[in-house]
Amino acid sequence: MFEDVRDLYNATILDRGRKPRHMRRLEAFDRTARGDNPMCGDRVQVWVKQDSDSTIAATGFEARGCEISKASADLMVEAVRGLRAEDVTALANDFETMARTGTCPDCAALAALMPLASVHEFPSRVKCATLPWRALLAALEGKGETTSE
Amino acid sequence: MTDALPGFDLARIRADFPILAQKIRGKDLVFLDSAASAQKPRQVISAMVECMETQYANVHRGLHWMSERTTDAYEAARVAAARLLNARETSEIVFVRNSTEALNLVANSYGHGVLQPGQAVVVSAMEHHSNIVPWQMLRDAHGVELRVAPITDAGELDLEGLEALLADRKVGLVSVTHMSNVLGTCTPAARIARLAHEYGAKVMFDGSQAVVHRRVDVQAIDADFYCFTGHKLYGPTGIGVLWARRELLEAMPPWMGGGEMISSVTWERSRWAEVPHKFEAGTPAIVEGIGLRAAIEYVESIGYDAIAAHEAALVDHALARLSALEGVTVIGRAQDRGGVVSFTLDRAHAHDVATLLDRNGVAVRAGHHCAEPLMRRLGLDSTARASFGLYTTPGEIDVLADTLARVREFFA
Repeated sequence: MFEDVRDLYNATILDRGRKPRHMRRLEAFDRTARGDNPMCGDRVQVWVKQDSDSTIAATGFEARGCEISKASADLMVEAVRGLRAEDVTALANDFETMARTGTCPDCAALAALMPLASVHEFPSRVKCATLPWRALLAALEGKGETTSE
Repeated sequence: MTDALPGFDLARIRADFPILAQKIRGKDLVFLDSAASAQKPRQVISAMVECMETQYANVHRGLHWMSERTTDAYEAARVAAARLLNARETSEIVFVRNSTEALNLVANSYGHGVLQPGQAVVVSAMEHHSNIVPWQMLRDAHGVELRVAPITDAGELDLEGLEALLADRKVGLVSVTHMSNVLGTCTPAARIARLAHEYGAKVMFDGSQAVVHRRVDVQAIDADFYCFTGHKLYGPTGIGVLWARRELLEAMPPWMGGGEMISSVTWERSRWAEVPHKFEAGTPAIVEGIGLRAAIEYVESIGYDAIAAHEAALVDHALARLSALEGVTVIGRAQDRGGVVSFTLDRAHAHDVATLLDRNGVAVRAGHHCAEPLMRRLGLDSTARASFGLYTTPGEIDVLADTLARVREFFA
């Protein structure tokens, strides 16, 4: 019955959604922001610790939401480690393109995020995947909060 | 369980709703999201098409045949709405876009025009955002206090808690749902009205869900304000009803200004039209009003006794099937309830549940259902919600339950 959703609910997503590796509040952080999806009530808070050269040293998150949003946040943490803020912005934009369309502008850069590529087949769930990225960008821009809209 | 109920021809009713023949990814549509918006019978669709094809012009102003005929058809919707609610007078029916607009109208007009700073408004802990936010806006702009009547763990209004909020007689208006869109709880409207009046407060009911499932009699309830929206009652979007006692409507200032709502306009001043037109600025939703009349007549043709019996049987069946499923928790255990059942699944978030149910053609709502404070009261982030209409079959509830069991296996 659910064979056609295995693309979205693949092993990586189910694993990361249930047992996120990075779902924790950072004790020491430089920036933080909250992302809300006002349509469904999903919420994610992201904390970022930056190195002296402003590259990302560590990211943590807490999420109230579905498997997709938690898995996306968890994969995001690993994908942005060591990146400069402008590189995070570029990666976030590419990820959003992939989540919306299923095509990736720079597939090599998105390799670790590929488990989320099928979300474009589920239009009502795209915002679940992109909300953590919206929150991360808000944090890096010094905004305390953002929404999925 | 069979699909047959005495006096209720479910197959004939389903045949009236063309959309139910649609397939979703090759599977039968199991539409269990009527509380968000109900499907439309061909009687409503035909009435609207016929209006636009044969008898359409602006209303209340034309001196020609088309306008006169359209005005008659549109005003017949007001008569139908008055009959539906057992209003004393047809002029007590104000057409609005939806319940949200009705609540905003009362908050702005009655709230600013009649309530005084220092007075209070009471809502319940199980309101839709549409019966929370307008009162918060009134509170912030006008200095009216907003109080929240508690609910019990079963999801019923705590009447003692409500009375305690009324005791200081500062409350000018109690505005509560007549049926929760999340829990299905039907509130004891007549008792709430009696309590409110005892302490000198007026009472408003959000009947968006209730009017779909049961006969509403605003005089028997002794309500002061009542509202509902057309699209949940098998009618079109863009048309809803605010009913209020005539003397209240007359004491209230208009909310929006423009054409239709005046009797005369000069540069110095304008004079308002009579009730209800002083609350109906601008060209109204003419075609939608005519569609609403068809929807009301459709519901009346089936009858609320039959509708209530059908839905009670559906709710019993749903509660029995869902409660028997491992890992499923039904949210809300009100004694008096309508055709809305919220639930959670232990192994998956409601959004994931809804996405998987949808793969088998089952449409449910998932999320906070525009009732975030209620979710917090329940200690939940979200629920999945199955809601029923006149066309819902026990077999569809079986599909929901069977699919839900498979969803749980999927997330094993």
